[in-house]
Amino acid sequence: MRMQSSPRILGAALVTAVVIVFLSIKLDTFRDYQIAEIAVEVTAVAGLTVLTGLSGQISLGNGAFMAIGAYTTGLLLLHLSWPFIAVLVIAGLVTAAAGAVVGVAAARLRGPYLAGATLLLGVALPSVADAYQGTFGGDQGLNVVFTTPTFLGSTFPLTRWQAWVCSAVALVTLVLLANLGRSRVGRSWRAVRDDEVAAALAGVNVARSRVLAFVVSAACAGLAGALLAIITELVAPGAFTLTLSISLLTAAVIGGLGTLSGAVWGSLVIVLVPTYATDVATSHGLSTAVASNIPVAAYGVILILVMLLFPQGIAGAVRWFLGLFGLSSAPTWRRAPAPDAARPAALLAEPPETREKEGTQ
Amino acid sequence: MVEFLQFTLSGISFGMVYAAIALSLVLIWRGTRLLNFAQGGMAMFTTYVAYEVIRQTGSYWAGFVVALAAGLVLGAVAQLTVIRPTLGKPELNAVIITIGLLILLEGLAGIIYGGQFRSFPTAFSIIGLKAGSTPLGVSRFDVFVALAVLVTTLLLAVGFRYTTAGLRMRAAAFNANVARLSGIRVARVITVGWALAGLIGALAGVLVTPSTFLYPNSMDSIFVLGFTAAVIGGLDSPAGAVIGGLLLGVALSYAGGYLGSQGSNLTALVALGILVVVLMFRPDGIFSGARVRRV
Repeated sequence: MRMQSSPRILGAALVTAVVIVFLSIKLDTFRDYQIAEIAVEVTAVAGLTVLTGLSGQISLGNGAFMAIGAYTTGLLLLHLSWPFIAVLVIAGLVTAAAGAVVGVAAARLRGPYLAGATLLLGVALPSVADAYQGTFGGDQGLNVVFTTPTFLGSTFPLTRWQAWVCSAVALVTLVLLANLGRSRVGRSWRAVRDDEVAAALAGVNVARSRVLAFVVSAACAGLAGALLAIITELVAPGAFTLTLSISLLTAAVIGGLGTLSGAVWGSLVIVLVPTYATDVATSHGLSTAVASNIPVAAYGVILILVMLLFPQGIAGAVRWFLGLFGLSSAPTWRRAPAPDAARPAALLAEPPETREKEGTQ
Repeated sequence: MVEFLQFTLSGISFGMVYAAIALSLVLIWRGTRLLNFAQGGMAMFTTYVAYEVIRQTGSYWAGFVVALAAGLVLGAVAQLTVIRPTLGKPELNAVIITIGLLILLEGLAGIIYGGQFRSFPTAFSIIGLKAGSTPLGVSRFDVFVALAVLVTTLLLAVGFRYTTAGLRMRAAAFNANVARLSGIRVARVITVGWALAGLIGALAGVLVTPSTFLYPNSMDSIFVLGFTAAVIGGLDSPAGAVIGGLLLGVALSYAGGYLGSQGSNLTALVALGILVVVLMFRPDGIFSGARVRRV
């Protein structure tokens, strides 16, 4: 199994950072905002990729963790006006704690039961904001004040600063996750994913390993939520619907669950495709109701087609393409060649022993 | 005491809708070990079909029947076109496809009808029934909702128990390979399961939409609660699905009634609490058979 060395990960991150800074200066404010959006998406999706691809658990409720991160950020900025970096750390920690609580419950659950519990979490949590309007501002939500730091001068565009902050957090998250995936922790996740009994016999604490994966994934979602709060400058329950949780999973799958690069590809698709589809539809003179729904429908079609034709996602396709020229060096979490990148979440179904017993294999 | 009765009765009426969704999920789960996330979306879409038919013909029952037929067809077509090719592939592939189907249907509904909320008619009066002078908290239509789901469930149960087709379906769900060896066309049985699930989902959609309004996401929350009901009951058990739906409906009705406005906002949270408590003690749902797990 090929491993990417740590200097290479850092190098890639630095190059990406330089490219983003360059792009953000070249492009207009709307594109800067999109860069920030992509960075937010990458942060959240990367956490889900780790949870599903590496540890083999599924979550349809990571939107709820984003909500926790966003509301923590909103409340801290509103009432305490701390520096953003401190708020970000606290938001990550609070969400990680929430992830631990959910993870402890989730470690007992398998497949559809886990999917069900996390799905309900994703739906239930945002409604808390409606129930306690005094604290969370109800449907209107909380306004978040986020400004460019004074040393950049007063003419520095806010969206560019937002793009920088979000990209920085996303890159740091990716580097940390990449290293975590290669560490002892990552190995224990893969071991548990592939065979619980073998992992337990080898001395891996299965339950702790599962919970830890949830904590990491939740912390990523929390950071993404905090970033979302500062780029939209609003924290409201309407942003954290079931659709958000599902779109995170979709991004992870379209990109390819096998690798972190998949999280980046998936995020690019999720953020950019709807914008372009709407542009094309509007320019052809379609009404807004139609134009705003075409990307939704297109997105469903893409999802179905990717799964039918290219289940390893975009990352798998890119790896295959590079492989044609003998260039494939993408770090992969599974033993190449992976038959099907989506293997881990086979856990959505029955545990294997039942299926063997019933002979549905 | 009167309040308690009212909350219980209206809880049963809503619970029957959750039960119907849960039942449709269980039907598909037993056949293919797959959770159909598009179930709510399919029900939403067939309800739009009913809406259109009612608008054109002016007859509620024409819309009702067409919706059920549309559900039957939609279920079978979905299985044949996009689900069947994933047989033998990792289960997540099929799950993602059902999510894709959900998004596609919601997008299509939005393209055709836009996002606005539309009211959907009821078959019977929605004026509250009274026993003497005591209001019961339910209407004639609520009674119809409960009866419609109950009759459908009983028909299904009888069909599964006493007909050859039912026996085939049970055999295929119990052990696909042995069923195949006995000459049962398991693939066809699975398609029939999807068609039946589509029908029951369509029924749930037509029954619940008068109280939620009709819009592209109108079935999302109903689907989530139906899913919860199925998980509470145990995904393998049709009876569990119905009982899970009733338990959930009544519990949510008490929460909404006794906790005031706070309670109705926290519906999903109460459902989550119930789900967690049930799964703590029975990780595979209340009515699942005992099963050994490795770790």
